[in-house]
Amino acid sequence: MDPELIRDCVHCGFCLPACPTYALWGEEMDSPRGRIHLMKQHVEGTALTPEMAGHFDACLGCMACVPACPSGVRYDRLIEQTRAEVERSHPRSPADRAFRAAVFSMFPYPRRLRAMRLPLRLGRRLGPRLQPLLERLDPRLAALVALAPPAPRRVRLPGRVAARGRRRATVGVLTGCVQGEFFPGVNAATVRVLALEGCDVVIPPAQGCCGALSVHSGRPQEAARFARRTIETFERAGVDTVVVNAAGCGSSTKEYADLLSGDPAWAGRARALRFADLAEYLAELGPAAERRPLPITVAYHDACHLAHAQGVRAQPRTLLAGIPGLRLREIPEGAMCCGSAGTYNLFQPVAARELGDRKAAQVLTVAADLLVSANPGCTMQIASAARRRGERIAVAHTAEVLDASLRGLPPSALLAPGRSTP
Amino acid sequence: MTPALAELSGLLPSLLGPDAVITDPVRLRTYECDGLTYHRATPAIVVLPETAEQVAAVVTECVRTGTPFVARGSGTGLSGGALPRTDGVLIVTSRMRRVLSVDAGNRRAVVEPGVTNLAITEAARPYGYYYAPDPSSQQICSIGGNVAENSGGAHCLKYGFTVNHVLAVELVTPDGEIVWLDTMDPGYDLLGAFIGSEGTLGIATKIVVRLTRAPEVVTTLLAAFPDVESGGVAVSAIIAAGIVPAAIEMMDALAIEAAEAAVRCDYPAGAGAVLIVELDGPGAEVAGQFARVEAICRDSGAFELRVADDPDRRAAIWKGRRSAFAAVGRISPAYLVQDGVVPRTALPAVLAGIEELSARYGVRVANVFHAGDGNLHPLVLFDDREEGAGERAEQVSAEILDLCLAHGGSITGEHGVGVDKSRYMPKMFTAEDLDTMQLVRCAFDPRGLSNPGKIFPTPRLCGEAPGVRKGPHPLVASGEVDLF
Repeated sequence: MDPELIRDCVHCGFCLPACPTYALWGEEMDSPRGRIHLMKQHVEGTALTPEMAGHFDACLGCMACVPACPSGVRYDRLIEQTRAEVERSHPRSPADRAFRAAVFSMFPYPRRLRAMRLPLRLGRRLGPRLQPLLERLDPRLAALVALAPPAPRRVRLPGRVAARGRRRATVGVLTGCVQGEFFPGVNAATVRVLALEGCDVVIPPAQGCCGALSVHSGRPQEAARFARRTIETFERAGVDTVVVNAAGCGSSTKEYADLLSGDPAWAGRARALRFADLAEYLAELGPAAERRPLPITVAYHDACHLAHAQGVRAQPRTLLAGIPGLRLREIPEGAMCCGSAGTYNLFQPVAARELGDRKAAQVLTVAADLLVSANPGCTMQIASAARRRGERIAVAHTAEVLDASLRGLPPSALLAPGRSTP
Repeated sequence: MTPALAELSGLLPSLLGPDAVITDPVRLRTYECDGLTYHRATPAIVVLPETAEQVAAVVTECVRTGTPFVARGSGTGLSGGALPRTDGVLIVTSRMRRVLSVDAGNRRAVVEPGVTNLAITEAARPYGYYYAPDPSSQQICSIGGNVAENSGGAHCLKYGFTVNHVLAVELVTPDGEIVWLDTMDPGYDLLGAFIGSEGTLGIATKIVVRLTRAPEVVTTLLAAFPDVESGGVAVSAIIAAGIVPAAIEMMDALAIEAAEAAVRCDYPAGAGAVLIVELDGPGAEVAGQFARVEAICRDSGAFELRVADDPDRRAAIWKGRRSAFAAVGRISPAYLVQDGVVPRTALPAVLAGIEELSARYGVRVANVFHAGDGNLHPLVLFDDREEGAGERAEQVSAEILDLCLAHGGSITGEHGVGVDKSRYMPKMFTAEDLDTMQLVRCAFDPRGLSNPGKIFPTPRLCGEAPGVRKGPHPLVASGEVDLF
């Protein structure tokens, strides 16, 4: 933990109302200001106590505090460094260790995720009966099963898709691990939208994890390994711009140069490659393809790693509002995290559930036909919180909504209950 | 840990629940200071009550064991008013944050003390109302803290301070009793005494606030001046013209630099000072006044004027001002926020004096202030790693207050006395004045357990450790007053 970054905090408290855990518990040590104070205690010589580690673990990493800070404190860097320190020097219980090891040996590996689909499908069927037992055993296991997405049929994307009409650009697409395995429809929609907007799209087949999960969980070496591989993959594909459609992956790929700063050659290669969020990229490119009407009411949810970490708020709204007939609604308390936060809903299921309930209640006040977000984790989290209240929320990724409009699909294509995408 | 504290740390969890009592040393330390980090003290116990009854139960136990207690809201105060006692209990109201009712018909809302200032406005907005006092920290400062400090804000020029907007308060007295004080109570204005008492007369547990009708039109003008003097001339001229703007704020070049670095507020380049003048009210009135304000600014030397009458552009102008304090963190490793008041007409002289002090000590001072009511917030910048820099900054800060007093002003406009300014109180008041204030305090808190060590420089009377003078209060000795 860099003492210089800690010193930037002037203790004004402007971050408190932005913090989801402060909203839940109203405690200083579960606010950004309090957590920075704990970091300060630690760098000044206090040993990392289990209590301290608990408050760091309880941070969602949603980064809502970063834009809220008038002093420009880099909480994003601080919490990353702190998580690495926690992993290094905080002994976790055997159960904790086993659960974390399982998550980290599975999620960043598409092939292993693929192998999990059958057991997950079984788990879903048995879920309601298993749930009380799992809840008693370990709430994290219960969360893992409850949050498991439907395992849809695999969609194989071609290695290259040519632009429709006049070619305006050539871009790569990051397919991601969870996105690629559990929400292949989102990737397919992303590629179609880019092609329809005049992009030659390159989809390198042997992509791995971008390292987001690792960097957000205090595993910098592992993250750097994933980052180098991702950079290599897209260099070889011959693109200089890579479009990313998952918010968490987008923010971590944009920070590759920082992550690899210890190695100037790699940092340089990272800087030579531009990663951009899909909405951000499309807004820059400007619309060319014809938008066909989509008469639905949409509630747009800001994924934290898109809005707070990347500052991409206006672009997805502009894209959605540009679809004829589409009515866009704002969700009250919209800047507050839904509790999904990468692996947070697996490691901190109780807090995640409370935040999910809070978010679902706000989303339901909007009475929209469809909840749209740029992160499948968020929409899964909110949809499952709504199910707990006995309500159903249809969800989609921004790419899927655009895709439906460009292809002239009816609203039912997005609203149908049996849809296999998130 | 004293036996009394040991007893309390065993007992309090059974009264409030284990999640509402903090005794872990690492956690306790996160409560060691509020927005003024210069003063630090780790509390012995922190409690997070959720109801007035729980607050009363904690206070009652503190009284029984002779333990001092301090109330804290969001911990954003700038005078160390919520500085904990190492031998005491810190009662934090951050979990008492429900808006209990909004009664638009009677223009009032009932809220718990931990509700943020801005949350009241948000709750009232759907009815066309808002809560007028607006400290720059309104997004996070708690209304309980506002009541304790009688907080102000940019718009207090026209609308008045917290005391003008609180209609009634439910409080836990330093005896542990729950009572209501109401503006409509006949007799002494005890509510007036309670507001601004900085936690020494009890802890507010419910607050009935006045709601203000949202104005028909709001127009904000940003005027750039070559220097603070010409800006100051404009301020006096606007007020002299009989116009009462909703706010008149000024920032000097250094404060502008900080705000630009923090929020890219895009104020006119090359300005030695900017003035933010906000007018609100019926459309015709605002339009008439606005033309006059514009003319006065130009006559006083403004070289660029920007007007915002839509919420987005208005927010862009205010963003720089509201973030100014914390933004100074971008241009300096550490700083002291001062809060002094001078008569409006003395502004140019005092500003010149501050500049002279700054040059003499080689200490940078950024100025941000509520120019309309002469409330200065000089930010004294220093590097806390440099030997003696903190002391030099303290010296400059203290001499700025001397300057304010010499011009007939006050040592605080809205941040309160707290622990930070108690030593300046004898510069404003005689020993007899201070003793008389102590008598008021003793009437509420005879044991001196409620936020002791704040406001008053030397604790005297009512069982507190004797200070300079021992024995009975002179007014008591002369038979002029009785001690309860």
